[in-house]
Amino acid sequence: MQRIGVFVCHCGTNIAATVDVKAVAEALSHEPGVVVSQDYQYMCSESGQNLVKDAIKEHKLTGIVICSCSPRMHENTFRKAAAAAGLNPYLVEIANVREQCSWIHKDIATATDKAVILGKAAVAKVHLNAPLTSMESPVVKRALVIGGGIAGIQTALDIAEAGFDVDIVEKQPTIGGKMAQIDKTFPTLDCAACILTPKMVEAAQNEKIHIHSFSEVTDVKGFVGNFTVTIKKKARYVDETKCTGCGLCTEKCPMKKVPNEFNMGLDNRTAIYIPFAQAVPKVATIDPNYCLMMKTGKCGVCSKMCSVGAIDYKQQDQLIEEKYGAIVVATGFNPIKLDKFDEFAYSHSPDVVTSLELERLMNAAGPNGGTLLRPSDKKHPHTIVFVQCVGSRCDDEKGKPYCSKICCMYTAKHAMLIREKYPDTEVYVFYIDVRTPGKNFDEFYRRAVEQYNVHYIKGMVGKVTPKSDGQLDVQASDLLANEQLHINADMVVLAAAIEPDKTARPLATMLTTQMDTNDFFTEAHPKLRPVESATAGIFLSGACQGPKDIPETVAQASAAAAKAIGLLCKNSITCNPCVAQSDELMCNGCSSCEKVCPYGAITYTDKEFRMPDRTTAIRRVASVNPAVCQGCGACTVACPSGAMDLKGFSNSQIMAEVDAICK
Amino acid sequence: MNKYLKEQVLRSSGANVLKCMRCGKCSATCPSYDEMEYHPHQFVYMVEKGDIETLMKSESIYKCLTCFACVDRCPRGVEPAKVVEAVRLAAERQQGGDRLVPTDIPELLDDELPQQAIVTAFRKYTK
Ligand SMILES: Cc1cc2nc3c(=O)[nH]c(=O)nc-3n(C[C@H](O)[C@H](O)[C@H](O)COP(=O)(O)OP(=O)(O)OC[C@H]3O[C@@H](n4cnc5c(N)ncnc54)[C@H](O)[C@@H]3O)c2cc1C
Ligand code: SF4
Ligand code: SF4
Repeated sequence: MQRIGVFVCHCGTNIAATVDVKAVAEALSHEPGVVVSQDYQYMCSESGQNLVKDAIKEHKLTGIVICSCSPRMHENTFRKAAAAAGLNPYLVEIANVREQCSWIHKDIATATDKAVILGKAAVAKVHLNAPLTSMESPVVKRALVIGGGIAGIQTALDIAEAGFDVDIVEKQPTIGGKMAQIDKTFPTLDCAACILTPKMVEAAQNEKIHIHSFSEVTDVKGFVGNFTVTIKKKARYVDETKCTGCGLCTEKCPMKKVPNEFNMGLDNRTAIYIPFAQAVPKVATIDPNYCLMMKTGKCGVCSKMCSVGAIDYKQQDQLIEEKYGAIVVATGFNPIKLDKFDEFAYSHSPDVVTSLELERLMNAAGPNGGTLLRPSDKKHPHTIVFVQCVGSRCDDEKGKPYCSKICCMYTAKHAMLIREKYPDTEVYVFYIDVRTPGKNFDEFYRRAVEQYNVHYIKGMVGKVTPKSDGQLDVQASDLLANEQLHINADMVVLAAAIEPDKTARPLATMLTTQMDTNDFFTEAHPKLRPVESATAGIFLSGACQGPKDIPETVAQASAAAAKAIGLLCKNSITCNPCVAQSDELMCNGCSSCEKVCPYGAITYTDKEFRMPDRTTAIRRVASVNPAVCQGCGACTVACPSGAMDLKGFSNSQIMAEVDAICK
Repeated sequence: MNKYLKEQVLRSSGANVLKCMRCGKCSATCPSYDEMEYHPHQFVYMVEKGDIETLMKSESIYKCLTCFACVDRCPRGVEPAKVVEAVRLAAERQQGGDRLVPTDIPELLDDELPQQAIVTAFRKYTK
């Protein structure tokens, strides 16, 4: 005979103001099997938990129902309390009478009725609950970092520092990300390469860190502590282990007209290339779309030049499989394409550039060796107009609804650097709002105005028209003067909105993590768990989670590393015992469950069965790997013969709840 | 602040002036800017404040070309041209009488004139 206890929480006034908690306790006391039914102001408090524990011992309870907040909030609290009183934690049921009841109803009578019904359903379910025991699963002591920008590099360095092995998977031929392309960095104006390249080298030399460059993740299986990841090492047609990075091949390659992506297409590179001098790993890569040998079969210059015989035109993509305990996503961002913003003439004039292009134009290692020249005629520009918020804060499908956060600061940086180096150049910045919160950030922007005399104009550019004399007519509004201006400019620089990398969405699907509508990865809690994803064992680092500058990126990168290290330190983790199991006698081997299982937890085996007529027969039946099953329940719905059932949420338990609600 | 007029303008324009973030791109893009006493972004702001009568008295309402450049480029989807049009409509309705009579049309037609222009003119100059 079951002996069930019911405990109704007031949650201060959160529940009690809309639900008559005493009436709920009274109504539920008459349910079958209920031997005690009480209410209390804060059931989760220490005294509330003691009340539950005492009742379990005093009444020798075989199951309890807590009518309180969402199980996401306190199910664990009450499971622990039950365990402390000697009751199996899986004999605890929560009826959510806060989020699903008091918070969404206004009328006390309706809310109370609904609370009683929810309580009855939980009582009906707990009658059928069985004690469950959690299993332990070992933790693989190795981490994977996806993306090798400053975020990924910092995370990997910190994890390695703690003594764990860590792999970086970077899709480009080199690590470094956007920071490698930036010239100087706000707010201190130190050179990006000077602070980044030592970190890249440190990552390459650290024996705990293994870099898979020019590689992508193609499949993820498993779960926290035990992920199996397939990595595609894309063919670079150069043997990484042999290439010394001497660069002779890149000097001799006759195919010299390939747009150089590292310089944002502002100059050309050869078909075999090393993205930049400080690339890590410093290994050449052949671009098969341009290589003459691969397109026409005639050339082979690089292969003849290479003294170590590293060139391999026949190299194939290679798939490798690795096991990891934790995964950190650090896939970063990209500026948006500006093809929907015709008014700025970006695709009509080479003198209209994005801010990232300007970084390359000003960089000592860029196409002009660091001298700022107008792209169209390589002349010194005398008037430059900056436009902020291009595609940011847009309410239509052309742009992004959010503030890109970094552009106010880098525009102030660009304006200041230009005024410093070329005092004869007039610089205008059109802004909607200048957003510079952050340590020493507003002071930085004010310096641009006060010390460098950059003309900040409150207003927006409406139209840029290339003129026949090569100049650009910039038509804009000056809202404070209530004027429409025309500025005769040599160059226009657009602070384009930033967006997550396009590969982020398919990656999120592989990792079963969540993204927001803008494809930024979603943190488990916006305030309290900012570097964890909602999927256990997957952490977030850098601009893939939201727009960020370098200081913030690095802070988040180290935070994500700390969380990953916390996981890797454990020898094993407790698994959820609410997993699927198949009744072999009912299973007809149809494979429906195997097809729907997102975790690959189901396998089929041939088993011998004794038939009623004393013969034996071999039948194909499903079996669930409890260490892999995440208890999502997809298979229980798919199974046509009702053989699959989820422990803790069995078909009969759910039917009992439905019956109790419909009674 | 004329609440009744404001509601009328908001309803007939279908625009949500509260979405404006005061960037001024509408006025930056407006080809008729120099002709106007009040500019597109000011229309949006003054309608929000309910200061409609001042706009109705201004010649600016007849200077808008309905070219929709501002509607196309406003990053917030405010549709300023529709706001200008709605204020003009409010002025027209108060004055009474149509400025364009259908029987006059055949005289005004010429082969080059797109049909769209006639439709726009009707919207603009009749009640
Ligand atoms: C014009 C401009 C100027 C800036 N100036 C400054 C400044 O002065 N100061 C400052 O603090 N910040 C500045 N920033 C911001 C700075 O660039 C970012 O804060 C920083 O780069 C974010 O680092 P990240 O590692 O998160 O992303 P990223 O730098 O974008 O790195 C992400 C990396 O992941 C790789 N990747 C992406 N997807 C995958 C995948 N599926 N698999 C494997 N690898 C993948 C990418 O190839 C890349 O290497 C500037 C930004 C711009 C655009
Ligand atoms: S950071 Fe500044 S320029 Fe960039 S979107 Fe935000 S407000 Fe606009
Ligand atoms: S363009 Fe749109 S958001 Fe900007 S001022 Fe005009 S109406 Fe407002």
